[in-house]
Amino acid sequence: MDIVVCVKHVPETAEAELKIDSSGKTIDKTGLIFDINEWDDYALEEAVRIKEKQGGTVTAITIGSGDSDATLRKCLARGADTAIRLTDPKFEGSDGYAIAKILHSVIKNLHYDLVLTGMQTGDDGSAMVGPILAQMLGVTHATMVKKIELDSGTAKTDRELEGGLEEQLEIKLPALFSVQTGLNEPRYVSIMGIRKAMQKEIKVMSLADTGLSENDVGEAGSWIKIEKLYVPPVEKQAEFIKGSPEEVAAKIVEIVKARGLI
Amino acid sequence: MTEIYVLAEHREAQMRDITYEMLTKAREIAGKTNTELTAVILGKDIRQHAQTLSEYAKKIILVEDAKLENFNSEAYQKILSQLIKDHKPLLTMIGHTSYGVELAARLAASLDFPLATDCVDINVEDDAFTVTRQMYGGKVNAKATLRKAESYMVTIRQAAFTAQKPPTSLSGQIIEMPSSITEELTTKRFIQYILPPPGGVDITAAEKLVGVGRGIKDAANIPMVEELAKSLGAVLACSRPIVDKGWLPNDRQVGSSGKTVKPKLYIAFGISGAFQHVLGMKNADLIIAINKDPNAPIFSFADYGIIDDLFKIVPSLKNKIAELKGQKA
Repeated sequence: MDIVVCVKHVPETAEAELKIDSSGKTIDKTGLIFDINEWDDYALEEAVRIKEKQGGTVTAITIGSGDSDATLRKCLARGADTAIRLTDPKFEGSDGYAIAKILHSVIKNLHYDLVLTGMQTGDDGSAMVGPILAQMLGVTHATMVKKIELDSGTAKTDRELEGGLEEQLEIKLPALFSVQTGLNEPRYVSIMGIRKAMQKEIKVMSLADTGLSENDVGEAGSWIKIEKLYVPPVEKQAEFIKGSPEEVAAKIVEIVKARGLI
Repeated sequence: MTEIYVLAEHREAQMRDITYEMLTKAREIAGKTNTELTAVILGKDIRQHAQTLSEYAKKIILVEDAKLENFNSEAYQKILSQLIKDHKPLLTMIGHTSYGVELAARLAASLDFPLATDCVDINVEDDAFTVTRQMYGGKVNAKATLRKAESYMVTIRQAAFTAQKPPTSLSGQIIEMPSSITEELTTKRFIQYILPPPGGVDITAAEKLVGVGRGIKDAANIPMVEELAKSLGAVLACSRPIVDKGWLPNDRQVGSSGKTVKPKLYIAFGISGAFQHVLGMKNADLIIAINKDPNAPIFSFADYGIIDDLFKIVPSLKNKIAELKGQKA
């Protein structure tokens, strides 16, 4: 089984305090730690597990500057066989649609039985790249996938619905699955493993190698254009309790007690 | 007159809330753009739903087919792309739900009509559609413009708009259209729904909940919070990342993909407040949130906020409660 996994190198922002940069169109990335997009981490793990069970190859592919090599190295250390990075100044400002076109230009020339992506990224969160890519490749797809059971030529796939409900689908291969977090338990990669992966080659490609024109990518090739970013206005603000941990604890107890909850 | 399409979402004979939320916003946009509001509903045995929708829209396009008994994005795409190609609605609205995520982007790509996903707001300004979307887990909002086109598409976040019935019924006309699904669906086939396993703990029944999120950092730190919860007579709950990591079972998960809770007290430790979580707990009577990030979205939903390290607050709070209990004894 040959598998292509699409990954993205993104800043970890769940616990960071974010600032908008001077352009007003992106965040200030100073001091942020970058890593493989959380959803893609599960996609990669699933690909490697399938390969370990059934044989075949795993190709990791990303779009980004040289910094993204860190994420590709991680993929290689985890068990990916080859890594491809697409990079070009013209890719700047690409939305999910343009990203899907860029990925498609390369993946269409690869042999694959399965394409795996994260269902969304932690930065843009559009959740559109997977299904658009599937449309362009002309393969069946499923999004928000929580379980994949491969049979000959088909896959039983559990998709997450709302409120803890899931639906099970039977999907004909080749197919594209965009996966939800919690699909598996991504393995730990040792520093040694990453060091070993440093010796593997990362294939770098630019716009000229994709067969796409300037108008297909970046803002020109996108459906949407970001006008500005801003920190959401606070409609309601919590009343902040300040002081030492002891003082804060005393105040919390007082509030809870006043409501008769202790 | 051109139209605004709203795709009605339903599952197992139940209309989903997102349908009415979208219809409410679409009514406003239809008014501003002088277009007609049309609800589109696909399925099997859905006449009752179409009747209900006629209160909310001027026109209801109804496509009934036994093959549409369960949602199938391929069948939906086939029918909708024909409808949209033929009628060129100014805008098509679909929920940013599990069904909408499966359907909308691929449909838009097949038509090459611009799509903005997961929108929390949508506006028409100078003949252009602008949307508001959230990025970075809700920490940043983006205002974006859709590329000029004949027809536009958006997916709408759940609970972004409050559903409101029109002041008087719009008495929409129900127009039945034939299904264009001629062959059996073979590439993507619905097998069954999988219900969540019956859990040991029912967090929806708890009067007090203590929730933990990503800020807890390690499974080894969870017992500390669980002890605190016990001393408060509360039940331990959590946000999605904790379940994904396998640190707590999924019957503890609060949020859109977990449980919706309405306790008298909800204390959130290290939960940033991504909208998926907030959707499940914002109606708690009293919310107290502890987070290191002063801009964490959770502070817009909490009654009280503490900007501090949970590893300092949990022990001191536990001591304080023990002290209080000592006095009582």
